[in-house]
Amino acid sequence: MKKTDSPAACIDRKDIDALFAALKAEGYALVGPTVQNGVIVYDDISTAGDLPIGWRDEQEAGTYRLKKRGDAALFGYNVGPQAWKKFLFPPREKLWTADKTRHAIAFHPETPDAPGYAFIGVRACDIHAIRVQDKVFMSKNHANPRYKARREKAFILAVNCGQAAKTCFCMSMNTGPKAEDGFDLALTEIIGDSHYFVVETGTEQGKALLDKIPHRAANEDDLKSAAACTDNAKNEMGRKLDTTGLKDILSRNYENPRWEIVAERCLTCANCTMVCPTCFCSTVEDTTDLAGNHAERWQTWDSCFTMDFTHLHGGGSVRHSEKARYRQWMTHKLSTWFDQFDTSGCVGCGRCIAWCPVGIDITEEAAALRTSDGEKND
Amino acid sequence: MTKPKLAVWKFASCDGCQLSLLDCEDELLSLAGEIDIANFREASRAVVEGPYDLSLVEGSITTPHDRERIVEVRAQSKYLVTIGACATAGGIQALRNFKDVKDFISIVYAHPEYIDTLETSTPIAAHVHVDYELHGCPINKKQLLEVINSFLHKRKPDIPSYSVCIECKRRGTPCVTVSHGIACLGPVTHAGCGAICPAYNRGCYGCYGPKETPNTESLARWLRGNEMISEEDMLRLFRTFNADAPAFKKESERHE
Repeated sequence: MKKTDSPAACIDRKDIDALFAALKAEGYALVGPTVQNGVIVYDDISTAGDLPIGWRDEQEAGTYRLKKRGDAALFGYNVGPQAWKKFLFPPREKLWTADKTRHAIAFHPETPDAPGYAFIGVRACDIHAIRVQDKVFMSKNHANPRYKARREKAFILAVNCGQAAKTCFCMSMNTGPKAEDGFDLALTEIIGDSHYFVVETGTEQGKALLDKIPHRAANEDDLKSAAACTDNAKNEMGRKLDTTGLKDILSRNYENPRWEIVAERCLTCANCTMVCPTCFCSTVEDTTDLAGNHAERWQTWDSCFTMDFTHLHGGGSVRHSEKARYRQWMTHKLSTWFDQFDTSGCVGCGRCIAWCPVGIDITEEAAALRTSDGEKND
Repeated sequence: MTKPKLAVWKFASCDGCQLSLLDCEDELLSLAGEIDIANFREASRAVVEGPYDLSLVEGSITTPHDRERIVEVRAQSKYLVTIGACATAGGIQALRNFKDVKDFISIVYAHPEYIDTLETSTPIAAHVHVDYELHGCPINKKQLLEVINSFLHKRKPDIPSYSVCIECKRRGTPCVTVSHGIACLGPVTHAGCGAICPAYNRGCYGCYGPKETPNTESLARWLRGNEMISEEDMLRLFRTFNADAPAFKKESERHE
């Protein structure tokens, strides 16, 4: 996406529904944050009323709670357990079916199911996460046609964070809290004497959409308010990850005793990989009907924390210990991802910290490895 | 080509797992088309004699008589698959393994002298060779069909042994422990149910038994440390349908 030179504009709170209606009129399926059973998830939404109005989240390692903010902010919370990969790279997807007739087998590829999604409220860290997955799924030679079809149609309505959770560390990863590019439109929510949004335009599609709804030009005070909003998120940033030389620290500490300490806590339950917006591993399941005349191949999310992930025929799992599995995951995120994709596999969203059922913290583990750099087991 | 012969056997159990087979209403006719349901007393008193190509065994071994009968079943079966928590871990009746069974007999039965029972309830695999174990209390009928289907087509059953958490995340259920402070055994429990309980805002109570590499100690430490559960309830949480499964047994004993 190329950035446009359009000046910033402002949309009134009451015109957010006009924005959503304009997206719908363009044929987009709106998905965005909404409260379900005390958690902000991403699901179908229709109007601003479906957003988590007036909610904030308190997050810590292994803990997530919704609390009332005391105002009527539409986007006054941080990222929850779900990522946009749920739509671009669904947890379970049919790849093909096959039918056996008397003399032949006929294969039928599944036509990519590609609705044009409008992603409402994408945070800066998640824009970076989508880009990381783009590298995996849209590479020149090995594109995933289903991902590509959905991704190319998607409209990204970003929201710049005005607050940060205790688990957030996007500043350390240079991925936020303000979205610099990679969006169609980006909103910064201002709540003061009036409730409105400063809008930045990222693409021609974004500009065309903005032109269809009531808006005014942003003045200097509006831009100051927006900057103050971003500053607030920076000040609230709950965690830090020192990335200086981290790639090399990880690659030379495979035998560090710290891995054993974290392995005592790790449940190998795979939650961190499931909530991670960049984790992309999948497996395929083949099914047949009882008569053996119809077969289907399904792709499902997989995780490097399962034993099956590295199972070799006749030899069991390569990474059978908890230590080996946690080490693989963390080293991939922060070190070998650079070798593979020329980028970090971590965007600092903090989901793996909050949604680990026993509160394992990747920033704490990285810091501990740095402190004990070079230590080895006897 | 003759169809392979299927037998269903019952030991100490509630019948719920073998009922899962009858519960396959939509698939039952096509199943009968591929396999000869030769011995299934819950469904029919018409019994075709053994040997059998595939035996499904429900229930645990709790009496001297059953201890002998399972050896006969094994001898008649080319493949033997155990189904459910009783057959794979001893079931809820394995709670006796933690006590003296004689104390129960005198309390429960008016004429204890008629009761001929073993000190323990044990899984089938403790007595005979088992070719495959399907976990769950009760088992998932889709997984049962998958086991029979893979037997028919000579492939490995697609029955993952990872955590319930993966099933929760795939269906979009946010973690109940993290978001509501509910004690949940999902991270140490074998997948297969489809993560039903957390979808209704309840913690998993481990009815599919321990997953691969279950770190029960870390989970228990966290749940206790964050006061999500009392020591007494922790003991009970690990001591239900899979009380005698080694990982759950060991953990429950830490909370005695």
